[in-house]
Amino acid sequence: MSLEVTDLVIEIDGVRVVDGLSFRVADGERLGIIGESGSGKSLTALAILGLLPEGAAASGSILLNDREVIGATERELARIRGDEVGIVFQEPQTALNPIRTVGRQIAEAPRIHRGLGRAARREVAVAGARRVGLPEPERIIDRYPHQLSGGQRQRVAIAMALALDPGLLIADEPTTALDVTIQAEILDLLRALVTDAGMSLVFITHDLAVLAQIATHAVVMESGRIVEQGPVATLLTAPRSPATQGLLRDARATLWRPDEKEER
Amino acid sequence: MSGSRAAWWRRLLSDPAGVTGVVIVLALLAVAALATFWTPYDPQTADVAGRWAGPGAAHLLGTDATGRDILSILMAGSRTTVAVAIGAGVIATTVGLSLAALGALTHRWVRESVAVLIDMLVAFPVLLIAMMISAVWGGSLAVVVWSVGIGFGVNIARVSRPELRRVLHSDFVVAARASGLSGWQNLTRHLLPNVAPVFIVQLSWSMAVAVLAEAGLSYLGFGAPVTDPSWGVLLSQLQQYLTVYPLSVLWPGLAITATVLGFNLLGDGLRDATDPTLRTRGGSARRARTHLPEVVA
Repeated sequence: MSLEVTDLVIEIDGVRVVDGLSFRVADGERLGIIGESGSGKSLTALAILGLLPEGAAASGSILLNDREVIGATERELARIRGDEVGIVFQEPQTALNPIRTVGRQIAEAPRIHRGLGRAARREVAVAGARRVGLPEPERIIDRYPHQLSGGQRQRVAIAMALALDPGLLIADEPTTALDVTIQAEILDLLRALVTDAGMSLVFITHDLAVLAQIATHAVVMESGRIVEQGPVATLLTAPRSPATQGLLRDARATLWRPDEKEER
Repeated sequence: MSGSRAAWWRRLLSDPAGVTGVVIVLALLAVAALATFWTPYDPQTADVAGRWAGPGAAHLLGTDATGRDILSILMAGSRTTVAVAIGAGVIATTVGLSLAALGALTHRWVRESVAVLIDMLVAFPVLLIAMMISAVWGGSLAVVVWSVGIGFGVNIARVSRPELRRVLHSDFVVAARASGLSGWQNLTRHLLPNVAPVFIVQLSWSMAVAVLAEAGLSYLGFGAPVTDPSWGVLLSQLQQYLTVYPLSVLWPGLAITATVLGFNLLGDGLRDATDPTLRTRGGSARRARTHLPEVVA
């Protein structure tokens, strides 16, 4: 699925937090949106699904396969959400309903969009759990989120987002809340799932090192504007804007710190 | 995912307090149902020759000053108790959930106004107002039911509203909308079930208080008319002879206490049972609330 954002402006109570954003994600492309916190990345992600919080308003244009999201009715949006566009959030602790079994949550979108019955939903849940590499899929779907680890919960969240094989997946800092080793596992999983299915991906992060592992192209945001965009390789080797250079320094710092210790 | 509906029943029945609550409330309902067509004696028929009979084979709990069978009066009175508890419960639920929904899910101005309204209404002394209404227009059970129902409905709203707001802003509700759920589906599948534990405790408490209020107001003469079978009326009639026949007062007192206890235990049990993060197995429910670090993926 292709995504084309043109002159996106998001205002919260009259304050411009995203200011004239334009970018394109071609079918099957993996785009990273990178920037410091507060640069408007997450709001952009929510705007693509028409999920902006109360008090926030978007203008401009967001085209999903040539269908306009901005100004679409709640009913039209509900049809797109979960079916054609999936989203994974940052915080696996809170992104799952604590009082519903993970299986019911994985099968939620299929239930809404396809009206699957009980037995079919169970099959979908098991298949979803297996697809994201959860151990003992048949049993784990009957468990509650608090009985799972953070990494397992994020796998459940990914299974939820991918239950109906959407054409576009939005991942909003999906690895930020996880341990470093789990981060790498989740990144590998996401990349494998997205490339296997030929899905488009919008991956939001503040970490250039993470971005380099999953995205082919990226836009760098600062204070609600795009300051640089291009292939990830170019951003890594020849960053032009100070914001990108800063992000690169941060990424280098995390990468090189262990070696520096060894030298001492 | 299959067993989640049946599972809360199992959890409720695996908790001794929950079972006690279920048994007491079911017993009350059964007695009230039975009393609609059968009591050992007619609860209103006096038998002066048989007055103040002690507990025995003929009269299990004895008789009162006019020779009426106390067990029969208690059984008949349980219908009043059940009617009051259910009536107040239904009104409290309706008032409470509507106010909470209005105060949590509507436009900012509406919901802030409703929040202020709720805070104002909470300040009204419910029982006092019920007494005043009864004193002016005469006592009736309807006054008790409506005043307790509305009064506790406001209490429920006051506790449920911020809870609803909290759940509304949680990530999983946004995630559910991102899965394509409509507002209504979100309300019934995610919002209300997550507010349920708080709501159930409040509701069971208001039903218990409704029973107490009916007994108390009837005792004071503001509730059920003296001719109606009611535990409060019976208590006030028997307590005149407290120094002579203390045992007789025990029965309505016990019935009221057990009922209030039953509603509270049922409420607590249901709260624990509907919240799967409170695992009772192998430890206290309270302790289980503190999350221990889980196994790493």
